[in-house]
Amino acid sequence: MSWIDIGDVTDIPLRGARLLKTHLGCIAVFRTAETEVYAASNTCPHKGGPLSEGIVHGQSVTCPLHNWVFDLNTGQAQGADDGEITTYPVRLEGTRILIDAASVTRLSAA
Amino acid sequence: MTEKLVIIGAGMASGRLIEHLVAAEPDAYDITLFNAEPRGNYNRIMLSPVLAGDQTYEDIVTHDDDFYASHNVTCRFGERVTAIDLATKTVTGSDGLPLAYDKLVFGTGSDPFMIPLPGHDLDGVIAYRDLEDTQRMMELQPRQKVVVIGGGLLGLEAAAGMAARGVEVTVVHIMGHLMERQLDEAAGYLLKKSLEEKGVTVLTSANSQKIVGSNGKVAGLILEDGTELPCDLLVMAVGIRPSVALAKEAGLAVGRGIHVDDQMQTSIKDVFAVGECVEHNGALFGLVAPLYDQAKVLAKTLLGEEAAFKQKPLSTKLKVTGCDLFSAGDFAEGEGREDIVYRDPARGVYKRLVLENDKLIGAVFYGDTADSNWFFGLIQSGEDVSGMRDTLIFGPAYQGGTPSDPLSAVAALPLDAEICGCNGVCKGTIVKAIEGGATDLGAIKATTKASASCGTCTGLVEQVLGATLGDDYATPAAQPICGCCDLTHEDVRRLIKSKELKSQPAVWQELGWKTSNGCHVCRPAVNFYLLADWPTEYQDDPQSRFVNERKHANIQKDGTFSVVPRMWGGITNPIELRAIADAADKYNVPTVKVTGGQRIDLLGVKGADLPHIWADLNKAGLVSGHAYSKGLRTVKTCVGTDHCRFGTQDSTGLGIKLEQILWGSWTPHKVKLAVSGCPRNCAEATCKDIGIICVDSGYQVGVAGAAGMDVKETERLADVSTEQEVIDLTVAFIQLYRENAKYLDRAYKWVAKVGLDWVRERVVHDLAERARLIEAFELSQSVYRKDPWAEQATEKAKNFAPLADLTLEAAE
Repeated sequence: MSWIDIGDVTDIPLRGARLLKTHLGCIAVFRTAETEVYAASNTCPHKGGPLSEGIVHGQSVTCPLHNWVFDLNTGQAQGADDGEITTYPVRLEGTRILIDAASVTRLSAA
Repeated sequence: MTEKLVIIGAGMASGRLIEHLVAAEPDAYDITLFNAEPRGNYNRIMLSPVLAGDQTYEDIVTHDDDFYASHNVTCRFGERVTAIDLATKTVTGSDGLPLAYDKLVFGTGSDPFMIPLPGHDLDGVIAYRDLEDTQRMMELQPRQKVVVIGGGLLGLEAAAGMAARGVEVTVVHIMGHLMERQLDEAAGYLLKKSLEEKGVTVLTSANSQKIVGSNGKVAGLILEDGTELPCDLLVMAVGIRPSVALAKEAGLAVGRGIHVDDQMQTSIKDVFAVGECVEHNGALFGLVAPLYDQAKVLAKTLLGEEAAFKQKPLSTKLKVTGCDLFSAGDFAEGEGREDIVYRDPARGVYKRLVLENDKLIGAVFYGDTADSNWFFGLIQSGEDVSGMRDTLIFGPAYQGGTPSDPLSAVAALPLDAEICGCNGVCKGTIVKAIEGGATDLGAIKATTKASASCGTCTGLVEQVLGATLGDDYATPAAQPICGCCDLTHEDVRRLIKSKELKSQPAVWQELGWKTSNGCHVCRPAVNFYLLADWPTEYQDDPQSRFVNERKHANIQKDGTFSVVPRMWGGITNPIELRAIADAADKYNVPTVKVTGGQRIDLLGVKGADLPHIWADLNKAGLVSGHAYSKGLRTVKTCVGTDHCRFGTQDSTGLGIKLEQILWGSWTPHKVKLAVSGCPRNCAEATCKDIGIICVDSGYQVGVAGAAGMDVKETERLADVSTEQEVIDLTVAFIQLYRENAKYLDRAYKWVAKVGLDWVRERVVHDLAERARLIEAFELSQSVYRKDPWAEQATEKAKNFAPLADLTLEAAE
């Protein structure tokens, strides 16, 4: 994999998220713990709510519009709701956040 | 044939290597050992007990002069290797003479990382790495001051060791909680608490700015927020870096550490490396267990035997007396894993297990580490734990036999087991009461006093009821806040006050939360309770707020926001109106609407534009209207005596006064007020949370109205004759509501629960209580009566922009 540096973990509030703009659309980058990050689609499959604005708890996020809860490990909606968001490989090197280049630039290569 | 082995560095890894070599084949090598420190191998990880005074240096020497002499190791201590020639296979020491080798081992270890803060080169700024550093700390006298930068393992051991000597220690840690790599927040909270009990001051989320000195010697540390921490010694314990300069100069392949393969050979034949200077498959090593594994592998390699180094899960223990802490394996990464959390608030115990694919991959224990080795064994063996998943966290004693249901742990308790610590009630007493006819929690409380004090054992008492009565026991109807805990909102509020819990991790730990950091239901509630009860001590957490309160704007169904500036008492002027019109033009606001609260709503503003539109509105003197908050919304007024021929009092003026006192305050749910100038009630005051009707003789103060899902007329709290009394009653009522209501109960729901008489007694009749409520409200408002837009538009504006924009880079 080749990794792109997209910023520093301290630029994201603890249990918060920031947006990453890509040609595939906006990706939400979540900071679930001091040194733990996830990346997933910013768009809730239910009514399009912006997940980066949701409350982050454990390794999940709750959509701000209608409280759908997604597991950021799998992208699966939890509980009675049925849906899925795309997740993207992301990792920390020191405090820098790296995202898998191939997964976020597919379209631009064409 | 005896070969010449030269080892650079007499640390713990190379020391272990020598032990293996001389034990296996004493005559295989003629060993020369260089060491920059003027001594041989000692147990560096035991420096903390030496610092604390529990041991002496002599106790921790691993290899003394006799050891080296008896194994014919040529010691060149206090001497640095200055050059290495890989072509001719020689090293040069400080005598300048080349020394030939057949095999060369790098054991150069690591260097402490020193943050290049201004002043880091002052005398008295040290690392915590070797005996010299330790001795420097031991020379401090009681009541001298020291600052430790770094709240990791090493920094905390140094801090605790010095505190044990009576030194006044402050730990400055950049992250939000201590040992964030090993611990989650709840365990970090417990650790902070016990360090504070040992006299260590702990500052988290603290950024160091510069070190100041006088006459070339350290005098103090200045933090970014301006805090000054005077000190006689400053210890930096922020991490280590492999010491690779010599290897790099010699021409070895070096990344972050010296690259080695599974046999510990570097990129050059006959040259090896071991210990903290090594990088193996991208990993660095700071704990002792893998270093000893490396030493064993290297010894075999040097003796021509087959061996390969494999990385294994690691465990950590903090060596501070009275802080039982254990952390092992990986809980920072991994897909599809789950958490098991167990808390015993009464004993200060926190346990967390991380499972992945039915295997245990990580564990954190605080307060009770008795079973840590058993769990570490499970991590190392990687065995399937699905069969004992339900009881796993209780440790080895609970495994085997039939799988237990949630009540079995309680059912298995002996009759003399204590259930209620406050009142010393044991299980047998409760069982006897149940057999005597007490079949619900209230009856148990009344007959035994169990769970009648602090209430933390309520869950246990209910389990005893359930286990004793079986199907006859109906779980009480009181609903817990959410699945994260067993307590009701009311219980949590009461316990936050009585146990003086002042942070979210404190609440999670002391009240037995079952998740690591709550959920979207309990976090906003707990955040409100903490800021309402401890306004000056608790720091509001925006990440525990619903998006509207975090963004200070209302999110709309298309993800845009609405912006409502405050119009005090519904009064505006041409300057404000022009600024609003200009902002609507500039930011292409699609809808401009007059609200029912007598102000103007700009709907459809893009999230990224928010700080900019706020800055523009701020320039015209407009501030946030908090149209998004569980807090004071509006004070609606009519024109009163200013213009109206029926007006009896200055209702507009009173409305503005009230709004200026109340704005910015957070409440359990939204709060709306109105002031009508006469009983015709044009401001519709009789359906507000608080509504004032002006009459000839004064003011009628009504509370607990509603005009939402329920419609309800206000009830009369009191009739008063002066504006000041109106203001006092209003403030006291809101503060009583803030202190007691359940989160998301409007005032009318709360009053229905407690009764208007209860409220009137405290707000109207008891003058001392009224004064206390007003004072408490003012204290809180000293923090919260400010415009959040002004703050967000400047220092926090970057949070509204994307973290990065890959569409720009890809265009190249």
